[in-house]
Amino acid sequence: MELSFYLVQLLNAVQYGFLLFLVASGLTLLFGIMGIINLAHGSFYMLGSYLAYWLTDVTGNLWLGILLGLPIAMMVGYIVERFAISFLYKRDHLYQVLLTFALILIFNELQQILWGTDVHSVPIPSILAGSFQLTENQSYPVYRLFISAACIAVACGMYWVIQKTRLGMIIRAGASNREMVQALGINVNRLFAFVFSMGVALAGFAGMLAAPVDSVYPGMGENVLIISFVVVVIGGTGSIKGAFVGAMLIGLVSTFGKVLLPEMASIMVYALMAVILMWRPQGLFGRAA
Amino acid sequence: MSEKNNKGISRRDFVIKGSVATAGLAAASVLGPAQFAIGAQAKVKVGILLPYTGTYAKLGTNIRNAMMLRFSEAGNKLGGRSIEFVDIDSEAKPAKAQQLTNKLIKKENVDFLVGPVHSVVGMAMAKIARGNGPITVIPNAGANQLTGSLCAPNIFRTSFSSYQMGYPGGPAMIEDGHKRVVLMYWNYGFGKQVAAAFKESFLPAGGTIVKEIPTPFPKVDFQAYLTELAALKPDAVYTFYAGGGAVKFVKDFAAAGLKNSIKLYGAGFLTEGLGKAQGNAAEGVRTILHYADTLDNPANHRFRAAFKSSTGAEADVYAVQGYDAGELILRGMNAVKGDTGARAEMIRAMETAEIDSPRGKLRFSKSHNPIHDIYLREVVMGKNQVVRVAAKAQDDPAEGCSM
Amino acid sequence: MSSLTRSLPLVVALLTLLLFPLFGSSFYVGLVTRIIIIAIFAMSLDLLIGYTGLVSFGHAAFFGIGGYALAIAFQDASVIPLWQALPLSLLAAGLAALVIGWISIRTSGIYFIMITLALSQMFFYYFFESPRYGGDDGIFLFLKPVLMIGSEDILNLDNENNFYYFALSSLVLTYLFLVMILQAPFGKVIKAIKANEHRVRALGYSTNGYKLVSFVLAGTLAGLAGFLEGAHTGYINPAYMSWHESGVAIAIVILGGVGTLYGPIVGAFIIVLLQNFLPELTEHWQLLLGGIVISVVLFLPRGATSLFPRLLSLIRTEKGVPLSQEESTKVDTDG
Repeated sequence: MELSFYLVQLLNAVQYGFLLFLVASGLTLLFGIMGIINLAHGSFYMLGSYLAYWLTDVTGNLWLGILLGLPIAMMVGYIVERFAISFLYKRDHLYQVLLTFALILIFNELQQILWGTDVHSVPIPSILAGSFQLTENQSYPVYRLFISAACIAVACGMYWVIQKTRLGMIIRAGASNREMVQALGINVNRLFAFVFSMGVALAGFAGMLAAPVDSVYPGMGENVLIISFVVVVIGGTGSIKGAFVGAMLIGLVSTFGKVLLPEMASIMVYALMAVILMWRPQGLFGRAA
Repeated sequence: MSEKNNKGISRRDFVIKGSVATAGLAAASVLGPAQFAIGAQAKVKVGILLPYTGTYAKLGTNIRNAMMLRFSEAGNKLGGRSIEFVDIDSEAKPAKAQQLTNKLIKKENVDFLVGPVHSVVGMAMAKIARGNGPITVIPNAGANQLTGSLCAPNIFRTSFSSYQMGYPGGPAMIEDGHKRVVLMYWNYGFGKQVAAAFKESFLPAGGTIVKEIPTPFPKVDFQAYLTELAALKPDAVYTFYAGGGAVKFVKDFAAAGLKNSIKLYGAGFLTEGLGKAQGNAAEGVRTILHYADTLDNPANHRFRAAFKSSTGAEADVYAVQGYDAGELILRGMNAVKGDTGARAEMIRAMETAEIDSPRGKLRFSKSHNPIHDIYLREVVMGKNQVVRVAAKAQDDPAEGCSM
Repeated sequence: MSSLTRSLPLVVALLTLLLFPLFGSSFYVGLVTRIIIIAIFAMSLDLLIGYTGLVSFGHAAFFGIGGYALAIAFQDASVIPLWQALPLSLLAAGLAALVIGWISIRTSGIYFIMITLALSQMFFYYFFESPRYGGDDGIFLFLKPVLMIGSEDILNLDNENNFYYFALSSLVLTYLFLVMILQAPFGKVIKAIKANEHRVRALGYSTNGYKLVSFVLAGTLAGLAGFLEGAHTGYINPAYMSWHESGVAIAIVILGGVGTLYGPIVGAFIIVLLQNFLPELTEHWQLLLGGIVISVVLFLPRGATSLFPRLLSLIRTEKGVPLSQEESTKVDTDG
């Protein structure tokens, strides 16, 4: 194959990595700050996609759909945190795994009750509907580039909020010493509810952005769930930087794995994770326990 | 009544412990006529094992609704007896298939078993039902084995085998002038069988497979594969994808600009019932299937109108398969006037049935697999239009079936 | 509680199970056989979760490997001798557990959960995609294992009742085996590891060695359950190894009562029966199942079996004996 072939694959890999990062960053945030393992993260991704489909259908505009969908996703996150997750902060991971596993069942049913079992898709907004020529017979949709750009913007925004703002400072402090923050007069309960809602919104946002290039169908969340966990664990839980590097690594390994070692494609990402954890049991950028 | 029967079996089973096979036979031969003797009023039990949750939920719902439609057209009577349905959600989960099938057969003592959608669930089900189990009608699952190595006198299929899905594709593409072809499919049982059958007809007809690209099931990240496809520059690509994967594939294929240089073909599911979701991306895609919404025959017009008015939804190939499953059971029960004990006679009536199906003429092979025409279709203005008949009265080799 | 009041319910339960085939129809005998198999599987997972403090999210892999070892080795055989097939399944599952365990135990917390998940997914995909072992179609077995004494098969597992008793004996033996090792010094060490690994290590124990042995034992017992499932249904496919099944196994352990040996048995009854009968109530039964699981997590963290001692202590407090400090605090500090 020619060089251009590998360059296009590199583009595919990076683009896939960006989308993975968007989903995984919410997951790693929830774990790092709140110590919560959220198996329902894939369901929130699915929720985002269905909201994008539904609201775009109603309003006729994806941007409006996203604008209306984000508060809904946050609200769902808030409700789930208040009525379920908030009881588990002091409990073993085991219970979080089970509770969020049960949430998957519930969200799958709710999706079916609300939106039925059809496969749907969301039209790409007309401004971004174009594409440009990559090789003599393959072109690349502008919208895919837009997704990457949006992911970079979110990544920078998150970095800024967590590292440079007062809110970020409180969040970081709340993660390392809950009692101390509480003693300083900050309402940690409210803080955690906010962070969880943000995590849900991030997953939902990823689902909304991906909806026009993906298809919207029942059970779609599970395809991204496990792979996002792999990203988080490779990068080191709680580390946004780690999630970014992990997402890019997975994007590269899975894209080039498909092309160069097709019969091992499914196994490869898990093998990568096993090797990395054998070398660094706390992930690439995780703090040692 | 059925509860009494339940107890009867269990007690007998226990007494004749150690010679279960004979006990089972005895029970079967005693039970049938006894049930009938109680009177033609006794209800016929039809067990339904279809997915109503998960990826295949819509298929399950359409199959059930269409079968119910056929029964209600016949006054909800089978050979003069009214019907009792036992409806179970299979979730399309192979790990639970045995348990659920056993529930229908052993606990509910159903006379007929209809299901499933998922091939692997189908195989688990067929293994239990074959032989002494209830008369079983498979309204979708396509695994070749179901009417091959797992075939049995009491097992019928009204849908298709994977072989029938793939085999007619080869000559059709050669006829369209595409000789250098890439093969892409979901790497699981069904996909592999369809691809194998395609190769079986395509290679001898003078075609060349440039490359075979199995992609992980049920994943939908096709970008890397599409780049590879573009670099290979074949005349056309033959694919097997369904549901969410099919929508994604067709859209990604179009978005990558490949439609101009590579012609897209596929097993019928690639564009079946997905018109709204695929939109413009599907225009011009050619697929091969035993049905098309636009088939111009009276049975199809009648069926589509009736389905629409009873469910409010448009019929699709799954609905047709469910409708024919209902018809097949009707034929069997009417032939024996409702006497489920006359098993051999009923099976004979069913295997010789010639059905005027919405898909066209439908009859059954010796292994109880459908024999029907296969159509080459093209998406025009969002609808699958028939281009031509790709294979007349396509049969299945029924490999491994000794019946 | 005295040992008599504690063992009385167990004896009653065992007697009920022993007599069950006399009353149950063949469907229910088959169903309870499956529950017993799942109970063995869940008990093996509880050895990790409840006693060693290792939350494995990949336990279904060993269940699947136990079944696959049987199916692969004997799919074309004209006879399946139990004394070859059973050790083979146990060995295969044990070996797989040795490899996965060796890689995994050096991690902890969420990393352990995720690495066990990842490694079991590798097994899942291998069997799902590899054409050699039937792919997702799985493998059929048309024979049951036999135990020949002279020319007579003394088990005759083709008979549903006989298989039931075979599975039940396996359950009882597994239970006794686990009781034995938990009372042995080994059991005391792993329980101590769960409570405080640092301290145990400081005392000079090689905690990783103990954790690995526990992991291999649990994997081997899961292989036993997989062997029974494969022999019972005559069909094994990759779905048995999916992460969903690992998740359900965790649900069973917690629902029944984590850290008790009878808890997983109760949990297996609850989950399998719910899976069987909830769908008769509503099409959206998974909503109910999810709701039930969440309620248990929130309100009954020590599982359904924790209700019994609670009820007992309720009676005792009514008689004027206050709830013991230990019992009243246990609920919150677990895990």
